[in-house]
Amino acid sequence: MHKVIIPIGPQHPALKEPESFRIQLSGERITGFSVKLGYNHRGIEKACEERTYLQDVYLTERICGICSHAHSTAFTQAVEEIAALAVPKRALYIRTLIGELERIHSHLLWLGVAGHEIGFDTLLMYTWRDREVVMDILATTTGNRVNYGINTIGGVRRDISLAQVKDILKAVDILEERTKYYIDISTKETTMIKRLSGVGVLSHKDAVRLGAVGPTGRASGVDRDVRRDDPYAAYGELDFNVITDDHCDVYGRAVVRLKELMESYRLIRQILKNMPEGPIAVKAPRKIPAGEAVSRYEAPRGEDVHYVKSNGTDKPERVKVRAPTLANVQTVAKMLEDGQLADLPIVIAAIDPCFSCTDRLISIKDTKSKKTNILMWDDLHSYSVKWYRDKGIDFTKLNRKLQGKMS
Amino acid sequence: MTSEENIQEGLLKKFAFLDGNIKVQRARRIFGIVDHGKFREVFESLIKDFGFTLLCTITGFDEGEVFSLMYHMARPDGIVLSIKTSAPKDKPIFKTVTAYFPDAEIYEREVVGLFGVTVEGLGPGNSYPLPDDWPKGQYPLRKDWKPAPKKGEVKDA
Repeated sequence: MHKVIIPIGPQHPALKEPESFRIQLSGERITGFSVKLGYNHRGIEKACEERTYLQDVYLTERICGICSHAHSTAFTQAVEEIAALAVPKRALYIRTLIGELERIHSHLLWLGVAGHEIGFDTLLMYTWRDREVVMDILATTTGNRVNYGINTIGGVRRDISLAQVKDILKAVDILEERTKYYIDISTKETTMIKRLSGVGVLSHKDAVRLGAVGPTGRASGVDRDVRRDDPYAAYGELDFNVITDDHCDVYGRAVVRLKELMESYRLIRQILKNMPEGPIAVKAPRKIPAGEAVSRYEAPRGEDVHYVKSNGTDKPERVKVRAPTLANVQTVAKMLEDGQLADLPIVIAAIDPCFSCTDRLISIKDTKSKKTNILMWDDLHSYSVKWYRDKGIDFTKLNRKLQGKMS
Repeated sequence: MTSEENIQEGLLKKFAFLDGNIKVQRARRIFGIVDHGKFREVFESLIKDFGFTLLCTITGFDEGEVFSLMYHMARPDGIVLSIKTSAPKDKPIFKTVTAYFPDAEIYEREVVGLFGVTVEGLGPGNSYPLPDDWPKGQYPLRKDWKPAPKKGEVKDA
């Protein structure tokens, strides 16, 4: 059969993230695959060299919209190691707590995207609705839904109150219940099992050979998790299981992420139960002594690696970042080998590549009065309800009916 | 003796020329420096004899007279050994390690694109991470590289 090469991307190839794929096809069968990355390159490593360590905490947090805490923690840990700072235990527990809440929001987001990619949009709507529970918790504990700004060099910037602990535990109960339901669907619903099984196969051997990380590797039986193997923050004091699966396909990747959610709930309960009292930060020097450190962090998508080299000034000599998608994207060619074109979106989505998250604040300038107003979350919500009502769409009755059923 | 010290001692026993260049910084963190000419045999031994079977990434450096590459290698028990080697700026040539780690390809393309070093043996493929229309001879992670001011941009006084 005649072979054709089709370009997919860089705009919205499967997810709302710029990547360019060239797919060689024989009919519907994929016979070749290449990827072009770098459309989102922002020169952050160079920018880090020109900013102070404290500024870099916020800059590295903006590497990724989803796992922002993962990057700022990885960077902060490296600087703290060079400066030999004894970070208070309470701060380490709070970092771990935010890290696990971030994993929950990331994995629920992925489950919704996966549902969407296979035409199961009810799953997308359900999971993203439930994800709001953890987003609200992140917003109330840190002040923001993403880019939490909780880290600082030497500890964290905000403490957790008893009232927040109660709210988090309540949210975890709700999310755990919902996750059990999703596990039930994913492991019993025939359509979903058949759509994901045998798709995007990555053998254990190839996963090891190609350096797959995170759920992508673990779903091919690679028993590797930095939280256990190279513990950081409070993980060394917590009990959890590293989830692996031997399906080696998209189905396995879904199972791993769902079971990891259950482990995150266990971890959060332990963190809140065992969190020691005490200070949340120590004072860090502005200038960091000469040295170097390698910091690893198990982000929702896999291992983040940060290397920091200092030269005794207030700015780093070198900052190097390896995000997990860079490791996993190299496995996609293998996953697609001899696969069907129609499987491409879900196979790419199954490694859970990162994309930026939404703004949480809108600034509106009134052209007549020249006044600027800031719209917060509640204002935005009210605005959207009014906008739909003005157009004759009103969900009030339906909402009341649903609330009645849920209570 | 800790596992890290065992690795340090094992390396010095096998490669006496590494004396003074292997440092255990803390639990699970080892740093090493090796001459360009000896890099290959040490790198191969780290994989085969010492169990560093995962390449986390490669960090490039612009260090005055030389360009350096640091290979961050990990073991299943969490120990990371970062081994660094350098090549002179007038001949910045390194050999590919894709025969040992196929996933090294993207990390090697990254140091080629950002530092302008040559990685011998790296096959044809897309550049990373700079765009296709990036001007030739511009390597942004070199220390002397500064971004050109945008047209009409006013510099701070």
